[in-house]
Amino acid sequence: MNNADHPTQSPGNVAGIRRQVVLPLGKSIEIAYNSIRVRFFRSLITTLSLVLAVSFLSFVNVSTDVANGLLATGQPELRQALVRAGYDLAPEDRRADSSSKQRWIVLLSLLVCAVGIVNAQLMAVTERFREIGTMKCLGALDRFVMRLFLLEAGMQGLVGAAAGALGGALFALLNGFILFGGQAVRLVPANELLLSLLWATAAGCLLSLIGVAYPAWVAARMQPVEAMRVEQ
Amino acid sequence: MTTNKNIVRVTNVTKTFQLGKIAVHALKGVELEIPTGQYVSIMGPSGSGKSTLFNMIGGLDKPTTGKVYIDEVDVSQLDAYELAWLRCRKIGYIFQTFNIIQVMTALENVTLPMTFAGMRNDEAIEKAMGLLDLVGLGDRFQHKPFELSGGQQQRVAIARALANDPAIILADEPTGNLDLKTGEEIINLLQNLSHERDVTVISATHDIKMLNVSDLVVWIRDGRIDKIESRDELTISVGRIDARNA
Ligand SMILES: Nc1ncnc2c1ncn2[C@@H]1O[C@H](COP(=O)(O)OP(=O)(O)O)[C@@H](O)[C@H]1O
Ligand SMILES: [Mg+2]
Repeated sequence: MNNADHPTQSPGNVAGIRRQVVLPLGKSIEIAYNSIRVRFFRSLITTLSLVLAVSFLSFVNVSTDVANGLLATGQPELRQALVRAGYDLAPEDRRADSSSKQRWIVLLSLLVCAVGIVNAQLMAVTERFREIGTMKCLGALDRFVMRLFLLEAGMQGLVGAAAGALGGALFALLNGFILFGGQAVRLVPANELLLSLLWATAAGCLLSLIGVAYPAWVAARMQPVEAMRVEQ
Repeated sequence: MTTNKNIVRVTNVTKTFQLGKIAVHALKGVELEIPTGQYVSIMGPSGSGKSTLFNMIGGLDKPTTGKVYIDEVDVSQLDAYELAWLRCRKIGYIFQTFNIIQVMTALENVTLPMTFAGMRNDEAIEKAMGLLDLVGLGDRFQHKPFELSGGQQQRVAIARALANDPAIILADEPTGNLDLKTGEEIINLLQNLSHERDVTVISATHDIKMLNVSDLVVWIRDGRIDKIESRDELTISVGRIDARNA
């Protein structure tokens, strides 16, 4: 039955042992996707702080896009409206930008979010010790485990960040509409809006991956005996 | 079939756990040879070192001193890839706590080791269905572990252990979390499989029910092998146990 695995060999020959164990990418994605789906509520909570932080980033950036759309008309009354709304515009400025205070707060919120993700993912790893250990007993390599965690975080990050980016952008447009009327929405340069959305989504994905890197490393290095010993 | 008479050889293995300042000597020099194709029970009271020996033989932990050979290959010489391959292809593990992956269905649990082994998906599914049939769970393949009883989960674990036609099935207290009747069914299933498929079954246990089906019984006590008995010698000591228990 096991002929293929028992080439004729002298005792002590390691030829009977081979090296290939594989986990194709498609299968990894399927496992990671199912893992998120089954633990949907938990994944949602982990992702929620990311959604909020990214939507804040997106809100700030899209608000700037709105202001730039209005400035580009060159109409002095719109410029006045912008200054009244709190934009720091010197007379020679052709473009608006987010204030350094805003950027500082955005950075801080992203940082808090990253710490939250690390915490949530570390807990997730401890909850899954037995699962990880079992996979290793079935022949998983460290990097299969690592890849599964990164894929999960990547998918969660993509969906969460995209949702946050869209939410933040909508909110910024709504805000522009209330402050400056319909033209605020009409005049937003489409390419800049798109760029802001992409940038916020990418930042969110990156954050999610950075947040899971250490927990995934801990999980991947887990020895099966240690994993199995944990009482669950 | 296999070219080696002894599928497992354990030479002078000791294992010491360091708990702060205290050293726990879980194994104190174990010598053991396990012939291919037999049903071997490692018997001993709780804390005698059965699980520790199980982990050594399964390549899940390294001995403090001494060597473990699987099919005449020194396990301590293997790198991470070879060790993963060994766990994937040569050994099937069965645990007291079943260790079915909770987020996967019975079918997915059984196909996973085949995926690791590089088998095509449709092939793996077909083989897994066959194995689930074999353990009597053909109609439960879509069930998640929490929808299955303990005995059924252990059957899934047995099907999963057989996935890559391993040479050895290692079972650590496979009946420890099961009631008497279910435990008996699992023992009989393991014995049939070992005979029909010519797999070496090594089972750590303190379940006396195991004695009836074992070809070889290794009695372990306090980290040392007390005695090794083959089936014919057994009847005598079983009689003695029965007499003691009466
Ligand atoms: N990781 C560990 N750290 C410290 N002591 C351990 C560890 N694993 C097992 N032991 C000790 O080794 C001895 C044997 O344990 P074990 O092999 O689990 O016994 P059994 O499986 O026969 O019940 C026990 O005294 C146990 O406390
Ligand atoms: Mg034990």
